[in-house]
Amino acid sequence: MVEGQIPIAEYSTGNTKHTWDAKKLRAAHQKLAEYTYKKGDVYRGYANRTLYVNLSTKKISEKPVTDEMKKLFTGGRGFGLKLLWEGIKPTTRWNSEENELLITTGPLCGTTQYAGSGKSLCLSVSPSTNIICDCNVGGFVGPYLKFAGFDALEIQGKASEDVIIFIDGEHGKISIETAPHEETNTHLLAEQLTTMYASEDTDQARQKVAVVSTGAAAEHSYWGCLNFSFYDIRRKTPRIKQAGRGGLGTVFRDKKLKAIVVKIDHLTGLSNHPADPDKLAEIGIKLHKEIRDLDRYQCNMRAVGTGHLVEIMDQYDLLPCENYRFGSFPKASKIYSPKFYELFTKIIPDGCWHGCTLACAKTVDGYTVMTGPYKGQKVTVDGPEYETIAACSNMSIWDPLWILEFNFYCDTYGIDTISTGTAIAFYMEMYEYGILNKERCNGLELCFGNADATLEFIHRIAQGDQAEFIRIASQGIRRVKDWILKNGWGDKKLVEDCGMESKGLEFSEYVTKESLAMQGGYGLTLKGPQHDEAWLIFMDMVNNAIPTFEDKAEALHYFPMWRTWFGLNGLCKLPWNDIEPANNAQTEEPAKVPEHVQNYVEYQNAVTGWKVTKEDLILQSERCYNFQRALNVWMGRGRRKDDWIPYRAMGPVTEMEYLSRRDRYDKQLVEKVGFTAQQVEQMSIQERIHQLYQYRQNQYQKLADAVYYRRGWTQNGVPTPQKMRQLGFTDKKLLQMLEEKIAEDEQAGLNTWGGIYGIGEKPPAQERQYWKFWK
Amino acid sequence: MNQPKTVKILAFHADRCKGCLACEKACSQVHFKTNAGGDQSALRITKTDQGYQMHVCDQRGLCLDLCPVGALRRQKNGVVVLDPKICVGCQACVAFCPIGAMRKSKLRLEPFKCISCGSCVRACPEKALELVERNIAEIKQIVYHKQGV
Ligand code: SF4
Ligand code: SF4
Ligand code: SF4
Repeated sequence: MVEGQIPIAEYSTGNTKHTWDAKKLRAAHQKLAEYTYKKGDVYRGYANRTLYVNLSTKKISEKPVTDEMKKLFTGGRGFGLKLLWEGIKPTTRWNSEENELLITTGPLCGTTQYAGSGKSLCLSVSPSTNIICDCNVGGFVGPYLKFAGFDALEIQGKASEDVIIFIDGEHGKISIETAPHEETNTHLLAEQLTTMYASEDTDQARQKVAVVSTGAAAEHSYWGCLNFSFYDIRRKTPRIKQAGRGGLGTVFRDKKLKAIVVKIDHLTGLSNHPADPDKLAEIGIKLHKEIRDLDRYQCNMRAVGTGHLVEIMDQYDLLPCENYRFGSFPKASKIYSPKFYELFTKIIPDGCWHGCTLACAKTVDGYTVMTGPYKGQKVTVDGPEYETIAACSNMSIWDPLWILEFNFYCDTYGIDTISTGTAIAFYMEMYEYGILNKERCNGLELCFGNADATLEFIHRIAQGDQAEFIRIASQGIRRVKDWILKNGWGDKKLVEDCGMESKGLEFSEYVTKESLAMQGGYGLTLKGPQHDEAWLIFMDMVNNAIPTFEDKAEALHYFPMWRTWFGLNGLCKLPWNDIEPANNAQTEEPAKVPEHVQNYVEYQNAVTGWKVTKEDLILQSERCYNFQRALNVWMGRGRRKDDWIPYRAMGPVTEMEYLSRRDRYDKQLVEKVGFTAQQVEQMSIQERIHQLYQYRQNQYQKLADAVYYRRGWTQNGVPTPQKMRQLGFTDKKLLQMLEEKIAEDEQAGLNTWGGIYGIGEKPPAQERQYWKFWK
Repeated sequence: MNQPKTVKILAFHADRCKGCLACEKACSQVHFKTNAGGDQSALRITKTDQGYQMHVCDQRGLCLDLCPVGALRRQKNGVVVLDPKICVGCQACVAFCPIGAMRKSKLRLEPFKCISCGSCVRACPEKALELVERNIAEIKQIVYHKQGV
């Protein structure tokens, strides 16, 4: 641990010191294309152009950003969606030549005064889901891309050998270079490139370079993540944050990208040229002060990052344990946040962009690796974050050091800790039932808690091991389900119900069984089951604040729109509600944190010079949200059947699970389903499970009905042309496409409500084609 | 590097002060080349029921570890200085300073603070200000939270 007030030059973290022959590495680079551009200032948050790079044709060009584009798509993820719509086809798959990888910023991205303002938004057609996946990630790449001159980077095509895209904002040059000798794994590669591309041999110069990379396992699995670097002047090493979900790193390697390097020459607090810098500083200082005074009593992010959630989730029965069978576990206290606090290097600032005083980007320095190719070396582990810790509790791994080991290798090999952990947890459960075994798993003893086997599996993926299980299992739960069923090894219902994926993407780490709204928060999402659209567990099950379907639908309208907004602007969600004003609980709608919503209104106005209201913010999101859903429909996924979630997400699948919470479920059969206590007593456990199953499935369908209606979609979940027109879209191709899809559904009889409505209940609208009447 | 052991900080003799604010004006000359005083001065003199009070940085340096770009450092003489050329204007130091001595003026995004230059001492006609030497070990503060505070 490092004591404070040490001159920056003297911080020491105990990591292995690497020396590179940077000249030799660089000398082997061959420039395949170069493009010179005129540097311009960012004005009111926008660089006003995007960068297009085609790796097949080596074409590099600029595209203008128009006012119309800003109005309809705002920025960030919105710009990404627009460019994808113009760049891909409905038949485009993750490895198609024309698939694009986008890194976008957003008008507020790169602001230094307001915490959480350095996020990049990445998009691509995902190998897991075959639709567009979007990821929000920290690190310096996004802000630097903008200050180098571009609101977005759009990469299409594939290179024929490993290449680096170098965006040199210092000299106004973009190049595509071969990179034959650099390492592939991130912890080494990011360090090499940061050193190689820095203008001088100083920490200040290295801090002006940021790198996107992935690792060896991204190439061989569908879990590839992107690592976005930021150089830490105290730790003297680049650190990384992940665009984890949906296999974007897999797309990256499929394009033969080794890295993207972005460099700037100068950064100030006014690089965004905001319309009203004083206002910006004022609201920023107000938030910093709240963080200073209240964080330690609220989430304690500055001390332990998102890991503070582990103990809360465990206490509320929401921590995924043994593949989501249980929501708490006797051993869980071994991985509570104080255990990691002991390991973190306590040298602040730990924000993933300048000015984020919430500082959740915690780090363990000088960690000694226990397995694999880097065994015995000391490394920096960025994290663990809550999701990573919980991915390990899901695999029943309760040792903080093994969690760090898992975290380190997933990061450096470039795979998503969430998908990897959730998938392995499922394989472990299948192993327990004998559906998988040592032989079927190519010699791996994948039983719960076997950290050794878990790491072995990951190492073998990175090595490109082509053994059948390793190959299929690294493509995720969906493919393994199909493989198990094809081989006739397990009962279809059990396998489908236990494997926690939807749309092909693995679930993130919350137990949703007891919160219907949260089930919707995972199932009725655009990119797949992920908590970043709506996290409603506490509102729904702890506070009982959204009791009716209508209330839940309203929450599943507002919160996804609200959270989408961060992605349109290049922001982090955490400073919105992981820190709250002292009087928040007394406000009318505490769940929305009204004072912070108002901050964001003023923040966007201060940067852009617009005059938006809080309703306008939601409208900005609604446009993009509906547009993305329309693109899902266009690509063949984005209907009711795609919003299916496995039953493990809704209720107890096995007798063991039922029995572990028997009182709770017995009571629900009486209070919710309508049996008498006596009737329940007479039922077998299997029968009780069955009754609960029927009830909960129907609840979920009714919820989907209410949500689709609230969102202005058809009963089958398709955004209507009427809705799109209301939102301002006039694109004929888009509107006609939706018209046709709805007509197709109509013919197939799919425009009907999904829930079964009993006496005294009714679906959200009587008129079947209710949207036809909209102006 | 040998770390400085002592630092000069401002001391105030309230009984001598007449509230002329010559010190504030001298300070804004140093930082902004104006005579405005007030928001543009790193030291502030205010009148209270008990007489005059001075408010200024005591060089405790809580801000040192906080700055993400290393714009704040302790010089050889122990004084904490901010390099506006490196600063990215995040205002973290302004908000986190426990005594509010890191200041932000509307004239510039980058904050400013007392640099113990002594201009105010020289400007004060009443000799109410003085630079005194302190052990850094006694005043220094470090930034990170202990868990569970
Ligand atoms: S809260 Fe955490 S993730 Fe969000 S911007 Fe700050 S450091 Fe990054
Ligand atoms: S010592 Fe110098 S900088 Fe500090 S308050 Fe006095 S005049 Fe201003
Ligand atoms: S405002 Fe400047 S000096 Fe203060 S913490 Fe931020 S970057 Fe550092």
